[in-house]
Amino acid sequence: MNKREFLKSLLLLLHAGGFVGALARWAGAKETGGKEGEGKAPGGADAKGEANGKHDPARHWYGMGIEIDKCIGCSRCVDACKVENAVPPEPFFFNTWLERYVIAKDGEAVVESINVKGKSSREMRQDDGEVIRSFFVPKLCNQCANPPCVQVCPVGATFSTKDGVVLVDANRCIGCGYCIQACPYGARYLRPESRIAQKCFFCYHRVAQGLLPACVEVCPTQARIFGDLRSKASRLVRFTRMNKIHVLKPSLNTEPKVYYAQLDGEVR
Amino acid sequence: MKIPEQVRRLGLVIGIIVVGVLGTRFFLIPRSLISDELHQASTVQREVAKPVKFAGSSTCEGCHEEVSGRVRKGYHKNLMCEGCHGAAARHAEDPGQGKPFAPRDRKFCPVCHSYDASRPTGFPQINPTAHNPVKPCITCHNPHDPVPPKTIEACSACHPQIQRTTAVSSHALLKCTTCHVVPAQHKKTPRSALPSKPEGREFCGTCHAKGATERDAPKVDLSTHGGRFLCWQCHYPHLPEGRG
Amino acid sequence: MNAERVRDLYELLDQVTGYIYPNEIEIRWSILIVVYPYLTGLVAGAFILASLVKVFKVKEVEPTYRLSLLTALAFLLVAPLPLLFHLGRPERSFEIFLTPNPRSAMAMFGFVYAWYLMAVLLLEIWFEFRRDLVLLARASRGLLKWVYRVLSLFSTDISEAALVFDRRAIRAITIIGIPSAFLLHGYVGFIFGSVKANPWWSSVLMPIVFLMSAIVSGIALVIFLYMVLTAIRDHPIDMRCLDTMVSYLFYAIIVDFSLEALDFIQRLYESEESVKILGTLITSKLFLSLLVLQILLGMLVPLGILVIARVWTFNDDMRKLLYFASVILIQVGIFSTRWNVVIGGQLFSKSLRGLMAYKMEVVSIEGLLAALVLLVLPFIILAVMIRVLPTEPLEDRVTVPSKAPAPESPEILPLPTSGS
Repeated sequence: MNKREFLKSLLLLLHAGGFVGALARWAGAKETGGKEGEGKAPGGADAKGEANGKHDPARHWYGMGIEIDKCIGCSRCVDACKVENAVPPEPFFFNTWLERYVIAKDGEAVVESINVKGKSSREMRQDDGEVIRSFFVPKLCNQCANPPCVQVCPVGATFSTKDGVVLVDANRCIGCGYCIQACPYGARYLRPESRIAQKCFFCYHRVAQGLLPACVEVCPTQARIFGDLRSKASRLVRFTRMNKIHVLKPSLNTEPKVYYAQLDGEVR
Repeated sequence: MKIPEQVRRLGLVIGIIVVGVLGTRFFLIPRSLISDELHQASTVQREVAKPVKFAGSSTCEGCHEEVSGRVRKGYHKNLMCEGCHGAAARHAEDPGQGKPFAPRDRKFCPVCHSYDASRPTGFPQINPTAHNPVKPCITCHNPHDPVPPKTIEACSACHPQIQRTTAVSSHALLKCTTCHVVPAQHKKTPRSALPSKPEGREFCGTCHAKGATERDAPKVDLSTHGGRFLCWQCHYPHLPEGRG
Repeated sequence: MNAERVRDLYELLDQVTGYIYPNEIEIRWSILIVVYPYLTGLVAGAFILASLVKVFKVKEVEPTYRLSLLTALAFLLVAPLPLLFHLGRPERSFEIFLTPNPRSAMAMFGFVYAWYLMAVLLLEIWFEFRRDLVLLARASRGLLKWVYRVLSLFSTDISEAALVFDRRAIRAITIIGIPSAFLLHGYVGFIFGSVKANPWWSSVLMPIVFLMSAIVSGIALVIFLYMVLTAIRDHPIDMRCLDTMVSYLFYAIIVDFSLEALDFIQRLYESEESVKILGTLITSKLFLSLLVLQILLGMLVPLGILVIARVWTFNDDMRKLLYFASVILIQVGIFSTRWNVVIGGQLFSKSLRGLMAYKMEVVSIEGLLAALVLLVLPFIILAVMIRVLPTEPLEDRVTVPSKAPAPESPEILPLPTSGS
């Protein structure tokens, strides 16, 4: 065993299995993509401008506001998200989900995800006089401005767009799961068929067309507010001005862009 | 100093490896494979090109102007069409295709409106097992303009308790005068002219007897059901499902 | 999604206690990721034992020098395999070399690994064995002659001046090698220690604890191999060498134990938000693997055995027996350490409100069998290497090739050249 042999085997490995051919085909595809996107000056902005004609990512900075006092826990958002983004229907994969908090007089908080029903999910104490407060909390990817998932991705397959949305490159993700470990919010999962990391993208394909994310679109009480933090006229900016705002796990310095109003201290 | 023989040989191998690796990295591999910028641009492109499933309410309003105008004036003004009717982008592209479903059964409205202690105070909630359990919600409430039914307003000034009880019962849609004949004098001096009350089993039978025309009413065989008892000795007509 | 997988997930759901984020139901890093730091730990430990000879001039452990180097190489060659197999898309692993993310600890794996393999281990091994390869090439016939010539890169110069150069080169490489070995395994610890989202992992001590436990496991492994190998070859054991190695092992365990205790006490004393769920984790899901296997059987018992072996004077055979028992217990303990870090860190929800369950697969690519294969594979590679390369420096004039690489186990056939 020495260097030359090692090198030889490495080269053999590289040539084996049509590796180079695959690379070439792939490279070709990429380059055409780049050309469509804007010829010599590629980049998120141009690519998107091409797709839509007016959406310029450099001019936006997207975020979401969630008003806890408005959420009625109807799960319309969860269902709509699964439809819009082809999330597997089984209750183990969610881009967004709902939590119910029931806090008793003794301070003990009982939490459940109302979209997941297992043996262990016990009936909530509802009319019990022992309950002092109870509410729903919608959860989703926080689209952190300082995202730990992007930091750890070994191949750079997950990245922040200029408009502040964390995307995953489905062609390059190797499915190592490091981003899943690094996300403090449990927002990521490995898609069962393609075995690549998946999460909420703020319905980037809708937003680029000027539509609202599906969960925001269907929310009957407007508990979710989507908007552009760069635009003074946006509903989100108004929301952050009118409410006391909190984010999840601020001590981790992930700088989430999902802002909660009336968030309870028990929520993690 | 003379370079030892083995070092020259080793140096050659290392040189080949280093040149090979660097050459592969910087000359052989096309830029499109190693440029993060290009990869990100193409990811954004692919993401943006994904199909939209929910068309958005403004799209619906384009064709369904009348109904959406009504919705925007009522309590459901903030609801988006596809929240209840489901994703409809296919229908929006080609109205003949993928007609959105219209939820008509009783399971649908309680998703939002059944009582749940975790729901915010003040949000309209009902107890689906007690609240007029027979009929679909849309019999009494128009989902495009939901208001509490006010069928017996005239009597409710003096009989609010009966009104409230009946309003959530399966008799909610019956007018007071369906069962009671109210003399005009009753409104002026209530005690001097009392409204009538049904007198026999046959009265209830007009709706509930076998073969009666009222479709929604549950049917019984008057000849065997309840023996010689009167209906209201077991059923409270203002809240029949209460079995008072 | 296939029905079996759905059923498995529902089964896992039934074992959840408390609240977990719904996406957390599946333990992402399986037993293969337990095997991976275990293997790299053995590499780093074995290498550091080898460098005792060259850098710190510990002459007593000289007899195990070559064995340590080859052990490190055998395990290093297998180390990336568990990583590869656990990937969702293993066929895309080359991406890590095309667009490595410089901010990712994991992306640096390829570079640290390549550096350590190519610039340290292979070089040191080549310089160490070059003289013997030349001698063997001269003495061999046929194919084997060419194997040795290729391995020696066709070099022929074994004059005293050239050998002096070899020795100097080895020493220089070892001096670079020690920090590199620290880097290799410290980096593995950093992969876990830098995950701020996970309070069980996130600790500045993690790389150092990994490193110390690596040294413990590596020394224990070489002791084990040395004892087994001498027994198979029916050679006498150099008791001075063995005693010295065991005393290094003893001190390494003490440092390792102190660091782990420090980490534990610090967490308990700081008593942060996560202390409740971690307490539940230790007393329920990790009771057997952490308290019983890792701490009691894997650390306290062997430590006790080694203390007894040092305090009382036993005869050689008794000491061998005690040493042998403790190095096996230590391997069990270090493997449990890796298990408790990797699996333990994924058994509680990041909502800090509930615990999940891990159901180990058996036959799948991420299952128990794959892990066992990967644990056995380095021993097979090592057996092959020991057949080709002599673990003791050869006599100056080798005339009978069969004398040099003696068959080390009865089931291995005699060398093809021995008959010719």
